[in-house]
Amino acid sequence: MYEKNGEKYFVVDSHMHHWDASPENWVKGHENYAKGWIECFHAYQGLGPAETHWTIEHFMKASEEDLMKNVFEDGYVDKAIFQSTYLKEWYSTGFNTTERNGELSEKHPGKFIVNGRWDPREGDAGIKQLEADAARWGLKGVKLYTAEWKDSSRGWTLKDPEAYRFLEKSQELGIKNIHVHKGPTIWPLDKDPFDVSDVDHAATDFPELNFIVEHVGLPRIEDFCFMATQEPNVYAGLSVVIGGLMHARPRFFAKVMGELLFWVGEDKMTFGSDYSIWEPRWQIEGFVDWDYPSDEYSDYPRVTVATKKKILGLNAAKLYGIEVPSECRLSDPATPGAQEDAALVDSGGVRV
Amino acid sequence: MISQADVLGALDGVRDPELDEPVTSLGFVESCVVSPDGAVRVRLRLPTYFCAPNFAFLMVADAYDAVTALPGVSHPDVQLVDHFTADAINSGVAARSGFVESFDGEAVDELDSLRRDFIRKAVLAGTDRVCRSLLEGGAAVSDLAGLTLGDVPWSSDLERLRARRSELGLPSGDGDPLLVDAVTGERVSPDSTPAHLHRTRLTRVSVEANGGVCRGLLHERYPASAGLGQREE
Repeated sequence: MYEKNGEKYFVVDSHMHHWDASPENWVKGHENYAKGWIECFHAYQGLGPAETHWTIEHFMKASEEDLMKNVFEDGYVDKAIFQSTYLKEWYSTGFNTTERNGELSEKHPGKFIVNGRWDPREGDAGIKQLEADAARWGLKGVKLYTAEWKDSSRGWTLKDPEAYRFLEKSQELGIKNIHVHKGPTIWPLDKDPFDVSDVDHAATDFPELNFIVEHVGLPRIEDFCFMATQEPNVYAGLSVVIGGLMHARPRFFAKVMGELLFWVGEDKMTFGSDYSIWEPRWQIEGFVDWDYPSDEYSDYPRVTVATKKKILGLNAAKLYGIEVPSECRLSDPATPGAQEDAALVDSGGVRV
Repeated sequence: MISQADVLGALDGVRDPELDEPVTSLGFVESCVVSPDGAVRVRLRLPTYFCAPNFAFLMVADAYDAVTALPGVSHPDVQLVDHFTADAINSGVAARSGFVESFDGEAVDELDSLRRDFIRKAVLAGTDRVCRSLLEGGAAVSDLAGLTLGDVPWSSDLERLRARRSELGLPSGDGDPLLVDAVTGERVSPDSTPAHLHRTRLTRVSVEANGGVCRGLLHERYPASAGLGQREE
């Protein structure tokens, strides 16, 4: 929890990691990729304030103690949601697997939520694995990579009949939160991995599932916004938005936030620190203090304490059924929920 | 004899297709050496090791073409450095192969439609630049639908917008409407104008924020050396 000016903010970090990118974990013959990948992440950290930068050695592998201190002790986070990224072609034991995350979660009960994954191309075996993972980790969410290359397949879309089977299974297992990675990918090289039209279809056909588009489709925020504004169950995952822009590019940060508040709305935006690219502390402190820098932004929706409380934790708490202490809840129970608010946005995207 | 300034001038015309900005001002030109015999050696760099290979390929190929087209260039040598697909891109471009041939088995589509998609975004973002300054100058939103390109006072933003529209084959003459659909080229009706302007603004914010991130990452990667012709936004 974070407290400022008498206001208490319940914090859910809905997108974070615990990776091992140390040289001992690099796959022989693929060292260039393993090294290039983590150096690329490290450059992103450079977009945060100088006093929060780590050495590359530290950045390659944060310890368990680092994570617990940075995220919970110093970082105000009440509940952290692990998203996994495998990358086993480059990292022998994986970059950041469900098992690695799950191990930490079991050591620190009540602190974490572990999300799983599925891939419709794995067919029956994939369904069985999903059932097993759901039972093992109590899954309430998954993270999906639609652009991933596998054997001769050049990626898949949420519109595929096989994907619908997995979405139905997810719903049946109580996995309500589908985090979709729409952002940079490596292979195949010519595919546009940012295409979000498949999310549009799936969100319409599965109104009881929530679709959280991570990194808000950066660098194609416009495609994401045009889609999200029409779907009440599509959410904007703010990982990278706050970490990558708030400090380094404050003017663009204000505009991006303004656009997201306009098109998507404050009830459908969720904070994620993307630890350990960035520590949550400075992001939360800075965001609570943040407002539009000048009148130039007067066309955008206003930002209130309630807006920030929702984005930092209350929205994600609702998605994941996390109990929020009464002192951190909004005092006005009439605040509209996501679905009602979305109805205020017409198909042309203009608030009426 | 050809000079470094000539080469940089030619590279000013090469854009990052995603950001719609010259590779020079973005800081992507690491070095440019011109020899007395007309040999030109250009090295290009990008913000990260994993920047999208499709856009990287387009930039290197366009830079190669721009340098080759300069009179007096005897031996063009244009290469990308510090990138995970640098070898494939450099040899493909030098051999004048297409993208698919350069990445045998890893790509099946050439990049023309991708390039067009991004010029369309550039048209929307450019429309916002022109319209914002009209609105700041006192024009009302309802006035904009009735304007033609010829009604708008000259500015570099207007020139840039016309150039992008013409690249796509969209109407770009003095008598053509200021506001057109970026796919069909049809005039935007007065009723649709507010929604259209929301879209153009969002597209511009997206492209410019993306450019901001790219500049930030490039600086993290090469803190000590500005690119040739680099300018802050």
